[in-house]
Amino acid sequence: MTVNPALLLIAGALPIPLLTGRARAAWMMLLPVAAMAALWTLPEGVHGGFGMLGLRLEPLRVDALARIFATAFLVAAFISMIYALHLRDRMQQAVIPVYASSAVGGALAGDLITMFVFWELAGLSSVFLIWARRTERSYRAGMRYLAAQVVSGLLMLGGIVLHVQSGAGLEFGFIGANEPGGLLILLAAGIKCAFPVLHAWLKDTYPEATAVGTVALSAFTTKFAVYVLARGFPGTGALVWVGVVMACFPIFYAVIENDLRRVLAYSMINQLGFMVAAIGVGGTLGVNGAAAHAFADILFKGLLFMSMGAVLLRTGTTKGSELGGLYKSMPQTMVLCVIGAASISAFPLFSGFATKSIIMEAVAEEHRTAVWLLLLFASAGVFHHAGIKIPFFAFFAHDQGHRVAEAPLNMRLAMGLAAAGSIAIGVAPNLLYGLLPYEMDYSAYTTPHVVNQVQLLLLASMAFTVLMRTGLYPAEIPSVNLDADVIYRRLLPRAWRTGLHGVTLMRDEVAKPLQRRAGRVSTAASRPFRARGWLGVPWSTDLMVLWVALVLGLILLISLL
Amino acid sequence: MKDDHRWLDEPRNVDRVVRGLYILCALMFLADLLYAKHPFFDFENLFGFYALFGFIGSVTLVLAAKQLRRVLMRREDYYEEPERTDDDG
Repeated sequence: MTVNPALLLIAGALPIPLLTGRARAAWMMLLPVAAMAALWTLPEGVHGGFGMLGLRLEPLRVDALARIFATAFLVAAFISMIYALHLRDRMQQAVIPVYASSAVGGALAGDLITMFVFWELAGLSSVFLIWARRTERSYRAGMRYLAAQVVSGLLMLGGIVLHVQSGAGLEFGFIGANEPGGLLILLAAGIKCAFPVLHAWLKDTYPEATAVGTVALSAFTTKFAVYVLARGFPGTGALVWVGVVMACFPIFYAVIENDLRRVLAYSMINQLGFMVAAIGVGGTLGVNGAAAHAFADILFKGLLFMSMGAVLLRTGTTKGSELGGLYKSMPQTMVLCVIGAASISAFPLFSGFATKSIIMEAVAEEHRTAVWLLLLFASAGVFHHAGIKIPFFAFFAHDQGHRVAEAPLNMRLAMGLAAAGSIAIGVAPNLLYGLLPYEMDYSAYTTPHVVNQVQLLLLASMAFTVLMRTGLYPAEIPSVNLDADVIYRRLLPRAWRTGLHGVTLMRDEVAKPLQRRAGRVSTAASRPFRARGWLGVPWSTDLMVLWVALVLGLILLISLL
Repeated sequence: MKDDHRWLDEPRNVDRVVRGLYILCALMFLADLLYAKHPFFDFENLFGFYALFGFIGSVTLVLAAKQLRRVLMRREDYYEEPERTDDDG
């Protein structure tokens, strides 16, 4: 019997609001495990494809690329569920498996229609994780989030229609950006994958979700989009530079951003940039690198968001300007956060080292010097903001006097799992390499590579130390920084208001005087016809006869001519 | 609270940590003497390339970002009033 792991997750989410106490906790932990078992007992190939309206649907297709992404999503689901165990808000607990199922189902979709259904479900289900904060602010953020997701969905649908019309069929395989349908699909994925300028929704709304919500959000939507790119657009050259821009510009923002969860949102775009660039390079190493890094990113970015979620839960804030010295109250969270920081920074023995290096290797083999140098710069930059800034300003820096409890046990357990996974991938990368879509002959642990990476990171940390001690490092200031979201949060509303104002002004200044003048003209013109006008007064009979004779004579004259 | 004062609260100890880091960095810089590189690019053969790149790249990043603040930074309530909630979870 074949069971679709995604449908299992959705069905399993239904009883969560009804269960209580330990039964609910046990059910929540069991659900992703059962889905994982279902996934790994499925043999490769298409299961239960059928025809509908002349189109071939394949809702369940397993191959190596689908399997590694689905596995990563299920691991993330398991960790997020544990992280959510302490909640009394059952809505969030029920939404997480549905949201996770959308990414799992998308990864296992063999046709574009099925993929589209899960693409929409991802957006519609996850918005509740933002609204779950139940504030005015989060309501508005959720609406902005939903708008971005819906636009992406519409583009995806339009793209699929054009793609099928062009005769390419419904199969979800290589799509390519050569025809309009493919371009629209690429654009739809670009929104969810946070391409430059299209990225604003991510840094705008992820940090507005609940402590638990942001953790779940960080895993699924963007990596689902990475999967769509890896499946549909490997080797699309333009993606290399898109990825480079994504890797580089957010690190500047991350250095000056005050909200540490927003710093992580920027660093997420930065990590996605590495994956997108790798997909652009394509080939064995490129696609493998993107898949491996997506897997590792789900763990370490989840871990970092979880540590900041714990800080938010305990102190009520994640602003760098209000935090510091938390290592005294939350030492375990601090250690786990540092493990996440080391993983994202790609320290040897941590996961990022084993996965990001595949991407660097793929770029180097293509001799893309400028791309490689910029990605190396972004690597140093990620260490700066995610590796040092996050742990330093939250747990060290100036002690702000927060004396709080350590994170709840379930949160520490979830973070511990993610940390263990990150270290396992770092120490024994072959565990992960074995799951990758293509066979490759690659080893991350060569002497030059280890030494060079340590040199890069240590000297980057020395730069931080020097700048900190000389006072050149920009202080954490309560502020917001203008980014592309200024377009829809400021410029468009302002343009709309200006437009409305302009219309009112036109009415008062132009339309009304015109109306008045037209009224005067029509009064003047109609005056002769009114009762006292010269045409309106009673005429004498002889004058009438004279006029009739004149008119008749004129007509006679004209007809004779 | 008594346990408030930790080892790291002593500036002298922070200096020690920093000095340790500097020594480590110097050692790593010199580590280029000890192994053979197999570079993809010629510039990787430059002595201490990765170390220099890491240091200069980071300083450039931070100072450039600091300058960007002049253009980009706005008050915290630029978009909307900040909201304080304690009921997170």
